Amino acid sequence: MKVLVAVKRVVDYNVKVRAKADGSDVDLNNVKMAINPFCEIAVEEAVRLKEAGTATEVVAVSIGDKACQEQIRTALALGADRGIQVETEGAVEPLVVAKLLKGVIEKEQPQLVILGKQSIDGDNNQTGQMLGALTNMAQGTFASEVAIDGDKVNVTREVDGGLQTVSLNLPAIVTTDLRLNEPRYASLPNIMKAKKKPLDVHTPADLGVEPKAHLTTLKVEPPAERQAGIMVESVEQLVDKLKNEAKVIS
Amino acid sequence: MRSPSAFTGDYPEIREAVAQLCADFPGDYWRALDQERAYPTEFVQALTEAGYLSVLIPEQYGGAGLPLGAACAILEEIQRAGCNGGACHAQMYTMGTLLRHGSEQQKQRYLPAIASGELRLQAFGVTEPGSGTDTTRIRTRAERDGDHYVINGSKVWISRTEHSDLMVLLVRTAPRDAGAKPSDGMSVLLVDLREAVGQGLTIKPIRTMMNHATTELFFDDLRVPAENLVGEEGRGFRYILDGMNAERILIAAECIGDARYFVDRASSYAGDREVFGRPIGENQGVQFPIARAHVQTEAAAAIVQEAARRFDAGDDCGAQANMSKLLASEAAWAAGDTCIQTYGGFGFAEEYDIERKFRETRLYQVAPISTNLILSYVATHELGLPRSY
Ligand SMILES: Cc1cc2nc3c(=O)[nH]c(=O)nc-3n(C[C@H](O)[C@H](O)[C@H](O)COP(=O)(O)OP(=O)(O)OC[C@H]3O[C@@H](n4cnc5c(N)ncnc54)[C@H](O)[C@@H]3O)c2cc1C
Repeated sequence: MKVLVAVKRVVDYNVKVRAKADGSDVDLNNVKMAINPFCEIAVEEAVRLKEAGTATEVVAVSIGDKACQEQIRTALALGADRGIQVETEGAVEPLVVAKLLKGVIEKEQPQLVILGKQSIDGDNNQTGQMLGALTNMAQGTFASEVAIDGDKVNVTREVDGGLQTVSLNLPAIVTTDLRLNEPRYASLPNIMKAKKKPLDVHTPADLGVEPKAHLTTLKVEPPAERQAGIMVESVEQLVDKLKNEAKVIS
Repeated sequence: MRSPSAFTGDYPEIREAVAQLCADFPGDYWRALDQERAYPTEFVQALTEAGYLSVLIPEQYGGAGLPLGAACAILEEIQRAGCNGGACHAQMYTMGTLLRHGSEQQKQRYLPAIASGELRLQAFGVTEPGSGTDTTRIRTRAERDGDHYVINGSKVWISRTEHSDLMVLLVRTAPRDAGAKPSDGMSVLLVDLREAVGQGLTIKPIRTMMNHATTELFFDDLRVPAENLVGEEGRGFRYILDGMNAERILIAAECIGDARYFVDRASSYAGDREVFGRPIGENQGVQFPIARAHVQTEAAAAIVQEAARRFDAGDDCGAQANMSKLLASEAAWAAGDTCIQTYGGFGFAEEYDIERKFRETRLYQVAPISTNLILSYVATHELGLPRSY
C-alpha cells in the first residue's frame, strides 16, 4: 500500500508572530519556519504504517517555493521514502492546494492520503475536505486513531460529542488531529539518509492545474491587548462585578 | 526567539533536528534537576536514541561517522536551546582514545555498544588532588600482578562516573623519574565501573555550584584485567594529549551555544521590557553591550569553526583548539554577564534560567583546561617564549 502525506512549511509554533506595519500580512522576515505540527503527525502515522508492514511506500509532498524542500527533507528524515515538491510562488489557497494534490494523486495512485486537519498559519481546515470532494474519495477528518482493515480503513474521529468511528473504503483521505500520535525525533542516521532520498519537482502545469487566486486578504492586525485584571476582596464583590460590570450573570 | 542567523551555520538540518528535540526539555525540566542536583537521564536518553552521541564513531562500528564539525553543531544547538550538554558531551569523544589507540579486538568489543548507547563511556580520569594541571605528577599507580593491574591512589573532579559504565583512566605504571621524560611511564586503562565499584573503587560525589555530576575516586587495590590496557604501557600521556584537541574544540562549540543563548535571550528581553514608557532596548546603554557580546561571539565562533575544519582535514590544530576554547569560554561569560545586566533583577530569578546558564558556563574557563594554561601554551608554542611551567 502506498501512502501519500502532505506537508506544509509554516511559521514555527514557538514564534510570536507580528503583523507587518502596513497591515498587509504577518511579518515572515527572518522568522523561523518549520513543518506544520499536524503534518508532522501525518508523517508519523504513515511511517508507523510502514513499520507495521501495512504500507510499502511513504511519499511526502509539499507545495511551495524551493524553501519547502527543507520540510520535505524533514519528512524524509522522519522516515518517508521519497519526496515531491510542487513548485509554486507566493501564497496558495486551500482550493488550489487541493487541486494540485489531486494531480499528484492521479500520478501516484496512493491507497491512503494523510493530511493535517489544518495548518497553524491560516487555520483554514479546508484542504482535506476539498480534496475529498474533488477526488470523490472517502474522507475521515480529525483522526485520533487510524486502523487499516483489509480494503477499508477505520478512522476514529474527534467530534464535538466525543469520538466517532467511521469505516472508509480505500483509497481514502484522512486528516489528523493532535492526539493521533506523538511524532518521533528525527535520528541522526536518518537525517543523513534523508539527504540521499529522491525528491522530484513538478510544476502546476505538469499536473494540469493553473493556480488562481479567489481570495484577497484585506487586513491583518494583532489581537487587542488584554487589559490587566483586578483582585476582588470577597465573593460578594465578585458576584456583584459579574452581575453589574461584566453582565455575565443576572 | 532566535536571532536571524538561526540554522544558517554548517549542518542546518542537524541543527534544526537537535533544536526540536531540545524544545521538549525546557527550562522547568532543568530547574527541577538543578534543585536536586539530579542527572538529566531522560534528556540523555533522547539524545542517545536519536544517535547524536555516536556522531563521531565510524560507521563500521555503528556510529554516524561524521566529522568533528557535525559534533560541534550538535553541542552548540544543545547549549543554545538552554539545555546542558555537559551531562553527556564526553560520550561523544572519550571513545576517541579507544578508537585511535585501542586494539582491533577492543574496538570490536566496545565501540558498537558505545554507539548504540548500551555502554556508556563518558568518564575520563586524569586530574588528581595533588597534581592539578601538572599531569606528569599524577600519583595513582597501577602495578602488574599476573594478568591484572592493581590500582591504588585517588582522582578528583572526575565527572559522570556514576552515570558511566566504562572509564578511561590515566595511571602511572613507572615512576616519573624512571623514563627519559617526565611524561613517560603513564598508561591508559579502561576500567569497567560496573565491576569496580565496591571492589577497590569508591566514588564520592562532589556538590558544586552548578548541576554537574562530578566525583572523587579512591582506588584501593582495584584489580583491572591487563587486557584493558589501551595501546602500549608507558605511552598513555601521548594518547590523552591526542584526544584533547577534540575535547577543547567541542567545549568551545558549547560555549558558542551558551553565548548565542544569552544574546538571543537578552535581545528579545530588551525588545519587550518597557521601562519609562519604552522598550529598554531603545537605549544604547542597553543595546550596545548586547551588540558587543554578539560581535565577540561571532569572532570566537569563526575560530572554533577554523579549529574544527583543521581537525577534520587532519592538519595541526593545537593552537586553534586552545585559542578557540579560550575565546569561546570568555565570549559566553561576557554574554552571560550582559544578559543578567539586561534582565536587571529578573536575571537573578531562577525561573528565567539566566542565572543557571550563567553558573553553568563559568566552568569552561577552568575545565577541561584553565585559561592560564592556554595562554602559556600559546606563549611557548606559538610565540617561542620561554616555557613558564
Ligand atoms: C566541574 C568540574 C568537572 C571536571 N571534570 C573532570 C573530568 O571529568 N576529568 C578530569 O580528569 N578532570 C576534570 N576536571 C578537572 C579540571 O580539568 C581541572 O580542575 C583543571 O584542569 C584545573 O586544574 P586544578 O583544578 O587542579 O587547578 P590547579 O592546577 O591547581 O590550578 C589553579 C589555578 O592556578 C593556575 N595555574 C596553575 N599553574 C599555573 C602556571 N604554571 N601558570 C599560570 N597559572 C597557573 C590555573 O590556571 C588555575 O587558575 C573537572 C573540574 C571541574 C571543576
